[in-house]
Amino acid sequence: MKDKTPVLELQDIDMSFGPIDVLHEISLKVQEGEVLCLLGDNGAGKSTLIKILCGVYKPIRGAILMDGSQVEFNRPRDAADRGIATVHQFGGTFPLMSIGRSFFVGVEPTKKWGPFTFFDRKKANEIAVKAIQDFGITRIDDGNRLIGGLSGGERQSLAIARAVHFGARVLILDEPTAALGVKQAAHVLRIVNEAKRRGLAVVFITHQVLHAMAVGDHFAVLIRGGIAADFRKGDKTREEITDLMAGGETTEDLEIEFAIRDGPVEGRPHSAAP
Amino acid sequence: MGILSLDSLIRRPEAGAFLGMAFVFAFFSIFGGATFTSFAGAASWFNVAANLGIIAIPIGFLMIAGELDISIGAMVPAASMSMGIISGFYDLPIMVGVALTLGFGGIVGWINGMIVVRTAVPSLIVTLGTLFAVAGLTLFMSIVLTDTTAVSLAAPAWAKAVFGKFYFGSYQVIIAWWLGLTAIYIYFLHFSPWGNWLYAIGGDRESARNAGIPTNKFTILLFVLSSMSAAFVGLCQTILFNSAQVSTGMSFIFNTIISVVIGGVLLTGGFGSVIGIFFGTLTFAMVNQGIYYTDFDRNLSSLIVGVMLLIAVLMNNTFREMALRYSGPKQAN
Repeated sequence: MKDKTPVLELQDIDMSFGPIDVLHEISLKVQEGEVLCLLGDNGAGKSTLIKILCGVYKPIRGAILMDGSQVEFNRPRDAADRGIATVHQFGGTFPLMSIGRSFFVGVEPTKKWGPFTFFDRKKANEIAVKAIQDFGITRIDDGNRLIGGLSGGERQSLAIARAVHFGARVLILDEPTAALGVKQAAHVLRIVNEAKRRGLAVVFITHQVLHAMAVGDHFAVLIRGGIAADFRKGDKTREEITDLMAGGETTEDLEIEFAIRDGPVEGRPHSAAP
Repeated sequence: MGILSLDSLIRRPEAGAFLGMAFVFAFFSIFGGATFTSFAGAASWFNVAANLGIIAIPIGFLMIAGELDISIGAMVPAASMSMGIISGFYDLPIMVGVALTLGFGGIVGWINGMIVVRTAVPSLIVTLGTLFAVAGLTLFMSIVLTDTTAVSLAAPAWAKAVFGKFYFGSYQVIIAWWLGLTAIYIYFLHFSPWGNWLYAIGGDRESARNAGIPTNKFTILLFVLSSMSAAFVGLCQTILFNSAQVSTGMSFIFNTIISVVIGGVLLTGGFGSVIGIFFGTLTFAMVNQGIYYTDFDRNLSSLIVGVMLLIAVLMNNTFREMALRYSGPKQAN
């Protein structure tokens, strides 16, 4: 497993906006059938990293590799064409469109009748409903329902099912559970697990440690634009991760303080950039 | 599943529009007497509806896309004048006048679209600017070119037959254009794949762009369409009345927006239907003309339109809520 070429790899990515450094030497990799959890507090640089992954920003330095060869994303479309799909916090969908219509935005199935091209609503509804039912959401059985009538969890699930249907290989989930209740979040986590089981590489961005631990194989903690810790499942306890994320700066300072006085503290990393 | 069940009809965007139209029709049938519904009487509101409806549907598209175009208020009289000057004052062939006038409309629409797409200025402000610019340009050009503010035009019989003539007594030929265009627009919005793009742009422009829809080009095209539609109505009026004056068409602005909103289009975009706008336009025209058939004071017509607009918006909200709550035919409650 460890020897396989990662589907997506970042090597020493630097990003800055004018004089402000946002990301500093970020290196990450994610493999097929693996969930990489990207943890970080607000302002840690998570959203900038997502935007680099899905082609909105171009990094200043560093390389993005897919299947071992370097790629360049000049616009979101480039990333999408290579199978990188991003699902945003609110599903990035259209509340007043039907499930079938929104599922196929931009790639509408059509049928011909004489010189006219028709949007094949029946087919669109059937495919969309089947795709989401395959993910275990059996309550959705009518493609004419409007997106706005679905629950937050169902919307997320639909967006993920859509990405998988259109051949996504890398799924980037931007805080998919942030706005959801406990039950809804569990719903989405199950979908994430299903995506992983189907062999997708998943990048799961969150600040909820519990959710990350439920599905993650590999964890990276982002603090002030740098990777503060990078570890695999089972290497750390929930408290340790929470401390790492929430404490960021203060814990780090404390550690240095303690280190000078008492020597290194066990179990706590001090790998953050100085 | 019954696609024609009452339940599924009520969830459609035009449900409120249809009920409103039925109510208004019944109201004026009773108080307006037999002339309102007679063949000759109906012509008056059909004519108003057709002139309005040709512009209202493209305006509805813009509103579904989350934009607005009020420059049509200047475009209609500008096109009237341009048609009169080109084919009347300079006596150039009708088709030259039609082509140049539609071209002028297209250019104004393109300018509207480009500014809206390239800057972050709301389309209401952009088209408010072009509204005054076009109105000023029209007055200036008519004085410079013709030295008057009114020109006459003698169109050949074929042009009258196609663009501006009364059939069956008092039915304007533009009604046929309106019905034909409505059919094309229904195909475009509800049956062609491009309709899906329009809903997506209005629902969430960013997501639509990420899904590969050329949102900017599409938006510009919608502005071109609305402007050219206004130009078409203007030139038809010149051919119909054999003359054109520098005037204001400001009533078109509010009347189209009222028709579109009564028709169930959501002001914030993403929701609406062509047939709803069609009903909305007819409803507006019935109120606008129906008052003349009743014993009521004519000034009451604005009051009725205003109250109706508010009722329509509230009703449409209710129907939209019902559409959102709908969760499939198999679920029992």
